[in-house]
Amino acid sequence: MQIVSIIIAALLSENYVLVKFLGICPFLGVSKRINAALGMGMAVTFVMALTSFVCYFVYQLLIMLNLAYMQTVAFILVIASVVQLVEMFLKKKIPGLYKALGVYLPLITTNCAVLAVVLTNAQKDYSLLFSILNGTASGLGFTLAIVLFSSLRERVDKATPPECFKGTPIALIAAGLLALAFMGFSGMRIG
Amino acid sequence: MEILVAIALLGGLSLIFGLILAAASKVFYVKTDPRLEQLNDCLPCANCGGCGYAGCSSYAEAVLKGEAPIDRCASGGNESAQAMAAIMGVEAVEVTRKVALVRCSGEKIYNKDGNLIYGAKTKGTYEGIHDCLAASKVGGRGPLACKFGCLGYGSCVKACKYGAISIQNGVAVVDEDLCVGCMACAAACPRDLIVPVEPGRNVVIACNSLAKGAVTTRGCTVGCVGCGLCSKICPNGAITVTKNLATIDYSKCDNCGLCATVCPKKLIKDSTVEHLPDPGLVHSRNNPDAVVQ
Repeated sequence: MQIVSIIIAALLSENYVLVKFLGICPFLGVSKRINAALGMGMAVTFVMALTSFVCYFVYQLLIMLNLAYMQTVAFILVIASVVQLVEMFLKKKIPGLYKALGVYLPLITTNCAVLAVVLTNAQKDYSLLFSILNGTASGLGFTLAIVLFSSLRERVDKATPPECFKGTPIALIAAGLLALAFMGFSGMRIG
Repeated sequence: MEILVAIALLGGLSLIFGLILAAASKVFYVKTDPRLEQLNDCLPCANCGGCGYAGCSSYAEAVLKGEAPIDRCASGGNESAQAMAAIMGVEAVEVTRKVALVRCSGEKIYNKDGNLIYGAKTKGTYEGIHDCLAASKVGGRGPLACKFGCLGYGSCVKACKYGAISIQNGVAVVDEDLCVGCMACAAACPRDLIVPVEPGRNVVIACNSLAKGAVTTRGCTVGCVGCGLCSKICPNGAITVTKNLATIDYSKCDNCGLCATVCPKKLIKDSTVEHLPDPGLVHSRNNPDAVVQ
């Protein structure tokens, strides 16, 4: 039951972008085209799952040494290293994906949603399996939000709003309306 | 004491991650050709896509692999081609500059009563997505009476990275000084109106209508009816009429402007002569919306 609850929370009711308002920078920056948004979402999902895995062990080590208050600094270190490692790996082994992700990959390092996921894992004392599950589901929630928003933006680009709303202002309004829609999930609790 | 443990732990973690990354950078080392960067420097980095590749760097890679010729960059022109030739050690080819030409003259000019006195006529109202492709897909192929003409919703304007194309009186017009000939606009145009031509031409036949003369005339005051007067008067035989449309072979044309003087629809334009009606008498609407609604 807790598995379902974690997935629902990460995807909908506590969506990192649209409910907790984390990771807004890539959400606005990489949502002009659906393809790029999907690539970014997948990269974030991958990094979130991998950092959840590594950070679980780092957190156990911190608890063991009675240093839990150091978690934020330690987790940032892990995220930065993992992103670097993933970048090197992709460049060598899957150059196609590396090229498609381009500059978004190093950008994930500064995505606060990734840090929020590992901090949540630590706060809620998830087991290793649940940590990875939460990381993956949160990444998919991020993907869902950014893909929905980019499809909205592609359509809005073709419309003719008043001159002062053109471009970013109308995109921000669209993001606000999308977030409002996701607030409707806030009552969903399973288990 | 506790602070020393914290420092040691973070330092140790950083050291471990640093060592892993250092090892990984050796394992996953990718050899790159130094010439790639030099080739990138030769290109304008505008990523216009005129070469047929996704961007300047992918074109540079293709050149490096020998998959692409060095003269594809319309934006960089001759300069880019020469520089790339020097790096790749191949014979340089002379690249001539081309600019885009919109083959439609249907600029809509209205008199004070709002009646069309010059240009393409409209047959209905379109209030859909502000985009040429969308407008051309609706029933009756859009609001324009001519099914070959420029719709004026500016898909080409959006596609142009150089700000060289604009909508004037409801028709796209290219600024030859700004245009680099990447032809991104041509790819965006659903009616295939835009073609590359050599810049600096005085005489231009800007029409794309393949319809019969009577049909063209019903739709536009400046459509080519294919009468053939221009091809008869041309001293160099540069103009041919096929499928009710006159076309100029610029390799034969010497810019004399005779054809412009005989054209009954005043469609052949000599850029040294003003072709639009006297602006003192008319009221022109620049906004295509105003025309359509």
